[in-house]
Amino acid sequence: MTDIWEGLLHAFRMLLALDPDLVEITFLSFRVTLTAVVIASVIALPLAALLVVRRFRARRAVIAILNALMGLPPVVVGLIVYILLSRSGPFGVMGLLFTPTAMIIAQVIIILPLIASIAHQSLRELWSDYHDLLISLNTTQRQRIVTLIWDGRRALLTAALAGFGRAIGEVGAIMIVGGNIDHATRVLTTAIALETGKGDFALALALGFVLIALAIMVNIAIHWLTRTETEGRW
Amino acid sequence: MGLLPLVAEGAMVRRRGKHLIGPVDLKLEGAGVTMVVGPNGSGKTSLLSVLHGTLRLSGGDVRWACPLDEARKKQGFVFQTPKLLRRSVRDNLTYPLILLGVAKSEAREKAAEWAERVGIEHAFMQPARILSGGERQKLALARALIREPEVLFLDEPCSSLDGRATREIEEILISASNAGTRIMMSTHNMGQAKRLGDEVIFVLDGKLLEFRAAGAFFEAPETAQARAFLRGDIVE
Amino acid sequence: MRILLGALFTLLFMVNAWAQDMKLAVTTSFHNSGLADILLPAIEADTGIRVQLLVVGTGQAIRLGQAGDVDAILVHSRTAENAFVEDGSGTHRREIMYNDFVLLGPQSDPAGIANSQSAVCAFQVIAGKKATFVSRGDESGTHKKELNIWALTGYNPADFESWYRAVGAGMGGALNIASAMNAYILSDRASWLNFKNKGELALLFSGDQMLFNQYSYLPVSPDKHSHVNHNLAVQLEEWLVSDRAKQLINDYQIEGEALFVFNAVPE
Repeated sequence: MTDIWEGLLHAFRMLLALDPDLVEITFLSFRVTLTAVVIASVIALPLAALLVVRRFRARRAVIAILNALMGLPPVVVGLIVYILLSRSGPFGVMGLLFTPTAMIIAQVIIILPLIASIAHQSLRELWSDYHDLLISLNTTQRQRIVTLIWDGRRALLTAALAGFGRAIGEVGAIMIVGGNIDHATRVLTTAIALETGKGDFALALALGFVLIALAIMVNIAIHWLTRTETEGRW
Repeated sequence: MGLLPLVAEGAMVRRRGKHLIGPVDLKLEGAGVTMVVGPNGSGKTSLLSVLHGTLRLSGGDVRWACPLDEARKKQGFVFQTPKLLRRSVRDNLTYPLILLGVAKSEAREKAAEWAERVGIEHAFMQPARILSGGERQKLALARALIREPEVLFLDEPCSSLDGRATREIEEILISASNAGTRIMMSTHNMGQAKRLGDEVIFVLDGKLLEFRAAGAFFEAPETAQARAFLRGDIVE
Repeated sequence: MRILLGALFTLLFMVNAWAQDMKLAVTTSFHNSGLADILLPAIEADTGIRVQLLVVGTGQAIRLGQAGDVDAILVHSRTAENAFVEDGSGTHRREIMYNDFVLLGPQSDPAGIANSQSAVCAFQVIAGKKATFVSRGDESGTHKKELNIWALTGYNPADFESWYRAVGAGMGGALNIASAMNAYILSDRASWLNFKNKGELALLFSGDQMLFNQYSYLPVSPDKHSHVNHNLAVQLEEWLVSDRAKQLINDYQIEGEALFVFNAVPE
């Protein structure tokens, strides 16, 4: 119990002092995860909409695969990305291993199925509302996808947030592909693992509280952003 | 190029071995309002959908006087329960125009015009979901009319509305008809069919049993089933 | 919205590689000692090289070097190092310094190893009493050292029962577990002194020659991996064997104890 209390105090002290190392790893955590969420969403959301509006043959298979991939162990993703990006691997020449880019790639793979799956659920509901009208208006497939994504944007934002939550707290994969290099690829979660390894539970906990605070702040910011939006309100 | 006449030849729809409608042969032309009547489950909705082109044919043919892509842009459809977009009243109205590539400012002007015409301008910037049942259907109707369609299909649009809302909808339809829109509308309300109809189609069990001038149909139905239906008997 | 997107793309494509960056794989035990925090700033000040440390077990460090994912490695497992040079992955092996391993256990020392003659004797006592023992079990240099000692005792860890816990964790993780289980464990001295969760654990045995731990520096061969930054790796080696490094390494202390002994020989 005293460890938790000490951790909280320590977190406050570091935040008040704007500890430069803390700022650096927090910013990197934020940057890597946000980038991964944006990339994953750009792919996952239209994919989810396409799966809803179009009845192609492999549709069910794709949905089943997405749902299965949602449970993909991050460590395995990390290992596979590691092997692919290693200098002796197929993409080795790009020199991406142990860079933030490698961490982003791993996170995109981890959260893409999650975002696509949640988005698919909510868009399916919206589509059952919109189906008749959009068919009647003779919309093109592209127009249907755009309409669904726009009108379902709140639910889709929730899907993206779920992805953010999973990615920001992820440690297994980014530890492997990032290497937890100080001032280069160290993020909050890998720093927590490191400090735990050193037995410095107070510092590890302090970092943990910063991580939690970051996740909560992003949620609040998104919530506030959607509240202030009045145009085209439903 | 005009849309009409609309010609259906042996048009028919089967789904999972079940016969939904047809074979239907009909020719829709001229002006005015055609009412589709018949008992529940007789195929009124299917008939409208087949002509509108949203129900895929299993056989036969439905042809307009112009290419299909053109034809679809000049038709409107109003559903029994209003299908509203999760947007503001204004954005519901502009949506069909935006799809056609109309500029946003122009679409919004037209939307304001139509909102006023159907009497929902008070909620113009509000989410469409706050509208009452009658207002929703008026919005759906305005959204169908905003493209100034040559042909408008309506599937029992007043079935769950009170008298006042029904009268308002009918007034809008009459003025649309006077402005030259060809209307085809199903109803289970014989009073409404008599009030609005120039022609009547009587549907039973997926088949068109009668297609005649409204006055003639109500005074002297040709088929025994239509006579029984108008008497108020249960027909199967 | 557009501003937001613009900001995101800036984040995405921010360049973060320095021309003077090199990657060095080191063992957890070296990193946990805290010596890196003294050496890295001095290296950057003297040579301009920013050393990016990948802190892994010796096994993975060797793999990283073989794959060409790092420019050099600093490890402590002579057999693996020799193999690394022989298979052409490394240009050569340069001894830099050594520290030592210590045998830790519960303060009460239930097995009674504190007065053992040698490390091998202490291990024999532990196995004989079946006292709980935590092994790294991760192919690290420390783990290999432990296995070497077991080999001399006549016992085979494969036959051990549940008192022998191979945890598959880094030094810190293994120490956390040993602390929680009140178990015996072999650790490098530096990790132990820097460890903050000691609990009931105490240093029970040290000083045997057998427990000395030689660190060597091996640049990755540019012949095998043309992209490695061999120039920086050579520059770093020159610095590591310099008098400046010697002073910093020999003077490094934790709680008044010197940890490392510099023993690089000039070429």
